[in-house]
Amino acid sequence: MITAAVHEREHYLNASYGIKSWLLTKDHKRIALLYLGTITLFFFLGGAFATLIRIELLTPTGGLVTSETYNKLFTMHGVAMIFFFLIPSIPATLGNFFLPIMIGARDLAFPRINLLSWYLLVVGGLFALFAMLAGGVDTGWTFYTPYSTTYSNSYVIATALGIFIAGFSSILTGLNFIVTVHRMRAPGMTWFRMPLFVWANYATSLIQVLGTPVVAVTIVLLFCERVFHIGIFDPALGGDPVLFQHLFWFYSHPAVYIMILPAMGVISELISAFSRKPVFGYKFIAFSSLAIAVLGFLVWGHHLFVSGQSLYAGLVFSFLSYFVAVPSAIKVFNWTATLYKGSISYATPMLYAFGFIGLFTIGGLTGLFVASLGIDVHVTDTYFVVAHFHYIMVGGTIMAYLGGMHYYWPKMTGRMYPEGWAKLSALVIFLGFNLTFFPQFLLGYLGMPRRYHVYPDEFQVLHVLSTAGASVLAVGYLMPMIYFVWSLRFGQMATANPWGATGLEWKTASPPPVHNFDEAPVVTHEAYDYSTVIQEVIEVG
Amino acid sequence: MANHVHAETLELREQFNTAEQQKDASTLGMWIFLITEVMFFGGMFAAYTVYRRAYPEVFAVASSSLNAVLGAINTGVLLFSSFTMVMAVRAGQLGQRNMIILFLILTLFFGGVFLGVKAIEWTEKFEEHHIPGQAAFHLEGLAPDQQGHAQLFFSLYFAMTGLHALHMVVGVGLLSFLIWQAKKGTYSTTYFTPVDVGGLYWHFVDIIWIFLFPLLYLIDRHLGK
Amino acid sequence: MSEHIDSTKTYVAVLLTLLALTGITTAVAYVDLGPFSVVVALVIAVCKMLLVALFFMHIRHSNQLTKLVVLGGLLWLGILLVLTLSDFITRGWTGVPGK
Repeated sequence: MITAAVHEREHYLNASYGIKSWLLTKDHKRIALLYLGTITLFFFLGGAFATLIRIELLTPTGGLVTSETYNKLFTMHGVAMIFFFLIPSIPATLGNFFLPIMIGARDLAFPRINLLSWYLLVVGGLFALFAMLAGGVDTGWTFYTPYSTTYSNSYVIATALGIFIAGFSSILTGLNFIVTVHRMRAPGMTWFRMPLFVWANYATSLIQVLGTPVVAVTIVLLFCERVFHIGIFDPALGGDPVLFQHLFWFYSHPAVYIMILPAMGVISELISAFSRKPVFGYKFIAFSSLAIAVLGFLVWGHHLFVSGQSLYAGLVFSFLSYFVAVPSAIKVFNWTATLYKGSISYATPMLYAFGFIGLFTIGGLTGLFVASLGIDVHVTDTYFVVAHFHYIMVGGTIMAYLGGMHYYWPKMTGRMYPEGWAKLSALVIFLGFNLTFFPQFLLGYLGMPRRYHVYPDEFQVLHVLSTAGASVLAVGYLMPMIYFVWSLRFGQMATANPWGATGLEWKTASPPPVHNFDEAPVVTHEAYDYSTVIQEVIEVG
Repeated sequence: MANHVHAETLELREQFNTAEQQKDASTLGMWIFLITEVMFFGGMFAAYTVYRRAYPEVFAVASSSLNAVLGAINTGVLLFSSFTMVMAVRAGQLGQRNMIILFLILTLFFGGVFLGVKAIEWTEKFEEHHIPGQAAFHLEGLAPDQQGHAQLFFSLYFAMTGLHALHMVVGVGLLSFLIWQAKKGTYSTTYFTPVDVGGLYWHFVDIIWIFLFPLLYLIDRHLGK
Repeated sequence: MSEHIDSTKTYVAVLLTLLALTGITTAVAYVDLGPFSVVVALVIAVCKMLLVALFFMHIRHSNQLTKLVVLGGLLWLGILLVLTLSDFITRGWTGVPGK
């Protein structure tokens, strides 16, 4: 049994000291923590914008900010949350940390490129931050032309550059993961013995490398149009703004699968560990990850239903959009089947997993509403869509992210978080989330448009409920910040396998040694084989 | 089996177990990068396809204002450069240090010629007032209401050849690095991966031009000016 | 990549073929083939691409994964082009009500 005598044993955190050992590290585990810091900052930045939005929406006539400022608030909320928090989130933190360990490798295939990826995110983030501080950008995170190219007087270029640079961070991470999974698996680690979290990140990486370059070149064209006044998307020259939308959404729709697939990977791990059962339908879940990655590229036109896209293209995209729901549903059924007759434990990570399944299902089902061309004509650009995607990105991805953070915290830091406080904050987050976003489905269906800060009086009650929910949610998010930091100094020492889970990551010490394993692993059993795990019972809470 | 980490060499970095694993990983990595480039240029090809379909006559007139001879010459220049590049890789496979250097320098030379011809072409466009976004833009042989569509052609022309030229410049930098490394004797029959993957990049940039040339320069030339 | 080393002759032959195809595509552009002009130009360009890819980039000797990666990339480009064009090509198919 490996002890976690942190102050005696050398591991990746104490093997070297000083700022250079962090800023010039090649260790995927340290890079994961660098990412963790960066994306957390952007999460709170995006959250600050959300706070201002929700306060503004308390009253029907606004009053806190002007319309122009409001445009900037929702734009910057979207940009910060999507490009600088959600897209990197799970892959760059948990993926970076655990993908090599899960397959028995010493590091990713290209450690220096991994570090470069982080620097690209930081530099891109600085451009975006500059834009936000210097006066903001007001085009919506979608940058539709010709407003973004010709008429907006805000910091479009700086923001676009920031997103462009961050895009390469994403591309390089994806490239690194794909090569690592193909070429760095330990002896005996066949494709179908890999944890499903690896499959999920692999599928995500495919989307990153195939989709991101298209939004990158679209930003280049936007830049050229705005700076050099060439009129690629300018109707006055015969250009078509809808072409921008096609090119933009070719990436941005698959981008939402970049945001949800790794989260699904985390859920597979959590459901299995806290039911003490192998994941039901392993191959179904593995292949459904790939299916989501592929099908996700065929549906982008559902964002253009009312933009002037041809009706026939709309029909095709609507039809295909129904298909992409199927693999997601398959996952939910398989997770449910995993729970059946499992030995369920209600530790915090599992609470988040349950929350995910419920909220993701709601978000996913409402996706079918908007995938239907006819219904979407009614609900597009209303709060219905806003609620739909927040159920998935916040109710889904962020729940899974927090579940994963709690699950992997002992492994990453060698410390347990306080279980009582963690359970409480999971509850607060769940309640706060639903109070924030459920009213928004009603608002949207009743006709409240998105991106507006003045609205008819009859919508105020629902908006007040939503803002109340947001304040509860904010408290819920602050709590883990506090107790995670607290645990670094005062948390109970963690053993190598506090959850009794399967996987190579639980066979090495908490925190892991610099090169991940003391002995190079050779894999002889299948994934999620609980007969191989010695249950280490640990008192939590 | 202990997880001892061997001393890191260029040929066998810490994270890999064998030199062959490293070479395979590096090659796979470069191929994946190249398909990201396919999608990157692909966005512009999509824009080109949409607008050429919409304005075929204007695009033909605009295309004929480009110098097809210079374009064809440049195409030949890049093909020669791909030849010298693959010969450099071959020299790497055979461990012939001086040949590696020679062929890389020739590749660099051809790349430079290409960029020089490009510069001449772009200057011509500037003198003929075919730069989009400028008030002085005017393409002869077209009505005033078609000038906007002509600007679309030239926007795509400059964006696509510009992006391509940028990739050539990066390639020139890469070649310079490879030449410097080859002169230092870094490469051998067991390790010449940078030359190999550098070659892949260079050939890719050539392939992009193989498509740009007919799509930009040769639209319905039979119609005459 | 296997260690199969192609001969200089092979590379020279490929180069000469590529140059010839370049000459052909340039010359053919001045011949009136109607709508087939663009087809011929693209077919020649694809042939040139294949020669560079198979011989100069050694895809001929590459493993299955490399070939899959290349095909996947081209397929994805195809998805972008086809589905985007599906909008623009069908735009005029529904009339404007009342007109």
